[in-house]
Amino acid sequence: MPETSPFETFAHDADIGVRGRGSTLAEALANVGMALSAVVTDPESIREVLSVEIACESPDPEILLFDWLNALVFEMATRRALFGRYEVEVEVEGGVLRARAFGEPVEVARHHPAVEVKGATWTGMRVAREGGSWVAECVVDV
Amino acid sequence: MDLSLLRRRSEFEWAIEPRGKMRVPGLLFASEALVRAMDAKVYEQVTNVAALPGIRTASMAMPDAHWGYGFAVGGVAAFDPDEGVVSAGGVGFDISCGVRCLRTRLTRADLEPKKKDLADALFRAIPAGVGSRGRIRLSGEEMDRMLRGGARWAVEKGFGERGDLERIEEGGQMRDARPEAVSDRARARMRDEVGTLGSGNHYLEVQEVKEVHDEAAAQAFGLSAGDVVLSIHCGSRGFGHQIGTEALREMVDAGRKHGIDLPDRELACAPVRSKEGEHYLGAMRCAINVALANRQVLTHLSREVFGSVLPQSDLTLLYDVSHNTCKVETHEVDGKRREVYVHRKGATRAWGPGHPGLPDRLRAVGQPVLIGGTMGTSSWVLTGTESGMRASFGSACHGAGRSMSRHQALKQWNGKQVVEELERRGILIRSPSLRGVAEEAPGAYKDVSEVVEVTEKAGLARRVAKLLPIVTIKG
Repeated sequence: MPETSPFETFAHDADIGVRGRGSTLAEALANVGMALSAVVTDPESIREVLSVEIACESPDPEILLFDWLNALVFEMATRRALFGRYEVEVEVEGGVLRARAFGEPVEVARHHPAVEVKGATWTGMRVAREGGSWVAECVVDV
Repeated sequence: MDLSLLRRRSEFEWAIEPRGKMRVPGLLFASEALVRAMDAKVYEQVTNVAALPGIRTASMAMPDAHWGYGFAVGGVAAFDPDEGVVSAGGVGFDISCGVRCLRTRLTRADLEPKKKDLADALFRAIPAGVGSRGRIRLSGEEMDRMLRGGARWAVEKGFGERGDLERIEEGGQMRDARPEAVSDRARARMRDEVGTLGSGNHYLEVQEVKEVHDEAAAQAFGLSAGDVVLSIHCGSRGFGHQIGTEALREMVDAGRKHGIDLPDRELACAPVRSKEGEHYLGAMRCAINVALANRQVLTHLSREVFGSVLPQSDLTLLYDVSHNTCKVETHEVDGKRREVYVHRKGATRAWGPGHPGLPDRLRAVGQPVLIGGTMGTSSWVLTGTESGMRASFGSACHGAGRSMSRHQALKQWNGKQVVEELERRGILIRSPSLRGVAEEAPGAYKDVSEVVEVTEKAGLARRVAKLLPIVTIKG
């Protein structure tokens, strides 16, 4: 079986889908954050000079994904920042997500940011266990 | 789309007869070729919207309709104030995204020797792309004044001229905006984004009037072949996105609470006369004002640049349209004049001649309908018609939409080649992001000319002039 990458973006009409995988829900959510960064720039180009704490809560994993991505969109927009690494913890029972996002302010000459992400959507929304791993994905509006 | 699902009412009108939960028919305005090329999802989305409570006459799709979140992009639907709903999915994320066109009193010949200087100066002056900030910092009461005042606020602050206002929908100020319905997060996203272009398909473009299709209307609009105009395509920036995102989340619960059965979460809506509906309308109207203020400030920045590079220029507003809105308008419904909540998502308001909401100098001709192309391709000026007022609640197309995903575009083009190729054709591109240019390559979009031709043949609006780009500033 071909090895699947922990995060990826996929084509969707005028917009882009983001997908993260992991052995836990927390890891899949961290990786879908990486996919969100990849919509804007090459995540490898992002240095770690700042970190932001993020928390959201919903017993519904899909709403949790929606809120998590939109929290990241908000932080990226208001801090003019890009994030290249995430530490995520999820209490699956209560649906509480606590995370830290690490990154740096946008530097246009180095990051060549392609597009701003406007927000996560319900389209293509899926948070599920597949085999032994978790997958979290949806389409983001750009 | 499968033609056997539709009943052809006339050459350019295709009906989806009501079935299942549909309360009204679906109605597609398009040529046979455009209907065949339409995404099958448009059928599903038009049908879903036809099932929403209080919808009147028909759930409509403009000739450029394509898949969208909940409602199709290019979707038009009007709802009864008492029985109907308001839907964030029926407005879209980029609330009041729109196009503004200014005449410059320059000809192509005047511009040509200064073209490069103008491109460079505009690129320096117009904040564009990811991470850019505007000149204005807003907080507290000043933010509230902007949210209530729109372009009128901007003019009072010295950004533009009082005469600009009558050439903007709503006189530049959307009434009944409620700043108290706006979250702190939305405010935070707007603090320093007034007067920024954004990214994606947004642009500021210097264009030439290449063809005139309707001499009388062109004269009334002050356009002649060879004239140079400036067009600005952008919206309410992060503010509108935040309002849209929050509504999408909140309306899922509101719909359930009010017993509205939704086949798609993205159709999220609330009754017009409900706490949630009024909350969204109040915030959405603030976002309309943000977009109007934003385009007004960008106009001011452009005037400064034109004034220094080409002092003989004089930028006057032709018109400013918004193509993602929900507005209260009076239309004929079931033979009577009634107030309805018209949702236009990726559809341009196109009021016909004689409409009392138009300024005196445009009333005889109809409203200018501004249709944006993409970098390197044509844009159009149309005018509203009486037949469009009856057929589509005074609505027309808004653009052409993508023919290819960003992924495909990135595989096919690189930004530098796109810029060089366009420069060979005399079009100067200035953008902070070459990847963004590749994703927005002209070949990744459908041809807008076919869409406007069909819009005219369907009677929704009439072609006045075709515009071609000379300088494009991309976010």
